[in-house]
Amino acid sequence: MHWLSNITVVLLVLGSVWVARSAARSRFWRESAIELWRRRRLAILVVGVFVLIALLDAISWIGGGEGVAAYQPRTIVDRIFQPDTFREASYSAPLAKVAFYGGQPLDHPGAHLLGTDILGRDVVYRALKGVRVALLIGVFTSLIVIPLALLFGVTAGYFGRRLDDGVFFVMTLLASVPSLLLLIALITVLGKGTLQVCFALGVTSWVGFCRLARGETLKLREADYVSAARALGVSDFRIMMRHILPNLAHLVIITFALTFTGLVLTETILSYLGIGIDGSWGQMIDQARNELSRTPVIWWNITAAAVLLFVLVLAVNTIADAMRDIADPRTRRETQ
Amino acid sequence: MVVYLVRRLAYGVLTVFGVMLLLFVLFFGVTNPDDIARKAVGERAMPEVYVQWKKNHGYDRPMFLNTEHGVFDGRRYSDTLLFEHFRRLLSFDFGRSDNGDEPIARRLREGAGPSLSLTLPLFVLGLVLGIGIALLAAFFRETYIDRAVLLVCVVTMSVAGLLFIIGGQFLVGLLLKWFPVSGFDPNATVIARFLALPVLIGLVMGFGPDVRLYRTVFLEEMNRDYVRTARAKGAGDARVMLAHVLRNALIPILTNVVMAIPFLFTGALLLESFFGIPGLGSLTVDALNGNDFAMLRTMVYLGALAFIAGQILTDVSYALADPRVRLS
Repeated sequence: MHWLSNITVVLLVLGSVWVARSAARSRFWRESAIELWRRRRLAILVVGVFVLIALLDAISWIGGGEGVAAYQPRTIVDRIFQPDTFREASYSAPLAKVAFYGGQPLDHPGAHLLGTDILGRDVVYRALKGVRVALLIGVFTSLIVIPLALLFGVTAGYFGRRLDDGVFFVMTLLASVPSLLLLIALITVLGKGTLQVCFALGVTSWVGFCRLARGETLKLREADYVSAARALGVSDFRIMMRHILPNLAHLVIITFALTFTGLVLTETILSYLGIGIDGSWGQMIDQARNELSRTPVIWWNITAAAVLLFVLVLAVNTIADAMRDIADPRTRRETQ
Repeated sequence: MVVYLVRRLAYGVLTVFGVMLLLFVLFFGVTNPDDIARKAVGERAMPEVYVQWKKNHGYDRPMFLNTEHGVFDGRRYSDTLLFEHFRRLLSFDFGRSDNGDEPIARRLREGAGPSLSLTLPLFVLGLVLGIGIALLAAFFRETYIDRAVLLVCVVTMSVAGLLFIIGGQFLVGLLLKWFPVSGFDPNATVIARFLALPVLIGLVMGFGPDVRLYRTVFLEEMNRDYVRTARAKGAGDARVMLAHVLRNALIPILTNVVMAIPFLFTGALLLESFFGIPGLGSLTVDALNGNDFAMLRTMVYLGALAFIAGQILTDVSYALADPRVRLS
């Protein structure tokens, strides 16, 4: 379904441009963005590079290449690395000229920046492929979760009564099952696969967003401008869309950033349990687990995945912290 | 007060029933007994084996209402998967595991000890260490000590837990050879050798979020008026921090702590399975790998039960301590 992912990429890019354009019209967002850039330039650049890699690895088309590769869609990253030919028989150390075991000369001596794994695949290539999976986990899950959580949270907080009771009960219910156990149960029941894992992650992270949206809406409902709007006869739907949702946006973004890092880290645990997503850093780490007990140690595989994972999560975490300070410099309250 | 107590308890019971219903939907609706039996006996098993297995594990009942025995036999109507599911969970009679036919209750009893021997020290040490360091950071706020603590928090929170375990095993177990890489022995004399490394790694894993939360709580308390009053009457730094700030900050901290108690029983899943500690966490991982649905159901249910009980306890102790809570 390579055209599907291409369309998704185009829609995502267009969507971000549209969001950025509408945000630029508001003074609060403009100033927050400038302040954020001033404080976290490096982290933002890092995340930008990751997003770029993911985009390059999401756009694919058929054509070019030789043999079987000519008939399957390949992404830009695939085309750069040519994984079908750019490989060895088995392990090779970073920039090595000979194979790690046996010492036969390599097909591409000195070309594998971080060596190759047990099947001879280039480690840099595999680690870069993991970028898309990591962003997929975060983006795909949030695309399911955030609209639903906002819908339920805002309507529950706004209308109160029975609806609120119902939504609150569902939240209590989902929150009362330890999240790792719920994840495991969901994935065992639903089966393995990217979609299933994202759905399960969505179910466990849904409560946080929903609780946030509900709590904030409860507060905003009493605000003077909402009463004024109601007195002027503005419809409930319009009040929620125009007066409540925009005031939730910054909180949603901050929570999204924090949830995203949580999701990526949780996926490594799932990978260890054998229910992760194919091609993720978690799987690389899990597969490389036993390589550390070999002598001489094979460290490049696990290091590549671990470093990329760490850099991405650290960058997003620091950005989220800065956003929280900017949005609410007085209390610096933990959102968790 | 009594009204509040009853209402809170009733809501807890309602949540427990909700969890049971959720489990029923997941394990009998989304996946169904036929699939479970197929996975347990294998694709190529004889039909008789398959039917017998379903019968042995009680999966051969109808889903909601049993009408096989005629209209007049009222008692048999409830001989169904739904009722049996509720009856078992409510009476803690969990039956046999889908993988290996062992009674689940026995496995749970055997697993509870090793789990607690890992999580209890982890819990106590983590609490003391977390509060101590957070107090220090809050006291020296906006200095290099504070910044260093925050930096360590952010960095450790950005590393996958899996990596701490793998890295710790590699560094301490394989390179330095201080402790065994994995294994477990319940004998009191040697148990510490096996538990030292997992506890250490668990402490590092839990450090970041806890210290950050506690520090925030302390900072909030330190801006209160009573701190100024205490200083004005001549209380020293140590007394202000330990006798005044710590005591007042304990309430929000306790919430966090009580929420962590259920995880003492579900065990530190990753740590246990990595270090070969035969606790409840390992049981869960084994159940996952062996398609042991009955075991998984039980673990989820018990985890939720412990969590709900913890929540009720916190809420009730709040209500006892703070009369304002009862109004809301």
